[in-house]
Amino acid sequence: MPLIEVRSPGLLTTVQDLGRYGCGPLGVTPSGAADPVALRLGNLLVGNPEGAPALEMTLTGGTFLFPEGALAALAGADFGGAAWWTTLEIGAGQTLSVGAAREGARCYLCVRGGIRVPLFLGSASTHLACGLGGLGGRRLQRGDVLEIGAAAGPCQRRTLSGRARKHFAPSKALHVTPGPEWDRFEAAAREAFLTQACRVSEASDRAGLRLKGAALATRGFERMITEGVDLGAIQVPPSGQPIILFVEQQTTGGYPRIAVVAAVDLHRVGQLRPGDEIRFTLVSLENAVALARAQERLLVSEEFLFGG
Amino acid sequence: MIGWQARVQAEITYSSDRSLLVRLGREIGAEARERVRRLLWLLQAEPLAAVRNLNPAYCSALVTFDPARTTHAEMERALTRYLERLEKVALPEARLVEIPVGYGGENGPDLEAVAAHCGLTAAEVIGRHAAGDYVVDFLGFAPGFAYLSGMDPRLATPRLETPRRRVPAGSVGIGGSQTGVYSFATPGGWSLIGRTPLKLFDAEREPMALVAIGDHLRFVPIAGEAPCR
Repeated sequence: MPLIEVRSPGLLTTVQDLGRYGCGPLGVTPSGAADPVALRLGNLLVGNPEGAPALEMTLTGGTFLFPEGALAALAGADFGGAAWWTTLEIGAGQTLSVGAAREGARCYLCVRGGIRVPLFLGSASTHLACGLGGLGGRRLQRGDVLEIGAAAGPCQRRTLSGRARKHFAPSKALHVTPGPEWDRFEAAAREAFLTQACRVSEASDRAGLRLKGAALATRGFERMITEGVDLGAIQVPPSGQPIILFVEQQTTGGYPRIAVVAAVDLHRVGQLRPGDEIRFTLVSLENAVALARAQERLLVSEEFLFGG
Repeated sequence: MIGWQARVQAEITYSSDRSLLVRLGREIGAEARERVRRLLWLLQAEPLAAVRNLNPAYCSALVTFDPARTTHAEMERALTRYLERLEKVALPEARLVEIPVGYGGENGPDLEAVAAHCGLTAAEVIGRHAAGDYVVDFLGFAPGFAYLSGMDPRLATPRLETPRRRVPAGSVGIGGSQTGVYSFATPGGWSLIGRTPLKLFDAEREPMALVAIGDHLRFVPIAGEAPCR
């Protein structure tokens, strides 16, 4: 079994795939890659199924030794240190050093065959808060040794097209749909939410991104009953400062949801970093569905992804 | 998106571009819980292919689906057909689960403070807490964490002003009018009155969660200090 030795883990590196679904009744949240589009594209570059487990790095990359070599790809925000969005041939005994993000927040190291860890509820994803999944439920440490899984089928070396890179580049403008309580927010709060930029605070992680901006009034929400909450739901607690629920969120919540990040832009939330100034654009559910479908078509288009 | 439907005693709204919220009652209680439990049972016994996840709560269930496979309108129709059958669902009998608890001392560092707040002695707090017949409303917050109904209102205690950074797994706490058992070591703002050696969630066990929605639960005092991991 080929291995990866972790020489330095970077700021926060975990094993992630596309998450575990269907476990809400147990109180288990999906987890999974913060930028699932990058994970999928990275896996395509090494001939893996799109959801194969990979290493998710946050803001600062790590250094990895490949005693037996591997085919690998770096996807997501460009941290520098190696070529991005292309199949890399790593020779036996070579080391791959990943730099630090200049823009965006997360990058993925995908290796042909995927990272092999025991599955928890059908997924390799790490749930950090509860210490479940991934490698021992925790972030990688110096000295960790990871196994690379068996590869199936042929692998074509390739590079993501320029237009695909541009299309999926980090963006600080997010499409949102009206949340379950949108109509119950005061008009002024709705308008402020859509017109005033807010910043991602330092107190943000995989469970949620706390935003700092004009406080939104939350009158009339004193008697909310806790309900299931969407990934990407934007809750407004009494402080008036919104929180975007993210991949390690709780399954339920009791704050009003002014909006929900549209499926098409969920992957962009994973590339936001503290200090980023973001804006929300409201779209109808119909338009949000159309945008998501259009994106899915691009994600399966060989021509768009790898042509010319 | 047409408000409360009397015929199926429910309301279906579109929560996001990939989910619907099914509300089965307007207030927390046995009636809504039973209806949530029935819908969950149906959706687990006869899964809809496009459904990706279910997040139950007191009076509702969030149903997340794969928008590449279906539409909101189709999901709404399918869920309505399930709602029409809700009354006929034969649920397995609810279980009674006993949770042994070491109260006070290191296991429950806030027991005295809760007693002082409630104007009771520590022994009375333990007596009242252990006398309750609790029902699991749903699991949420963390894997295996049970939201419980049935705590003696005399035990209600406000949340801590400063939440603890880390509450040990198994800790039994009171937060407002609620009580519960921390299933994982997490940050937490409830007053801790005891601790159980049982694991509310164990990835190596089948089933992983010790309790399920609708189960009855009783806390049984166990003698001595530190029965816990």
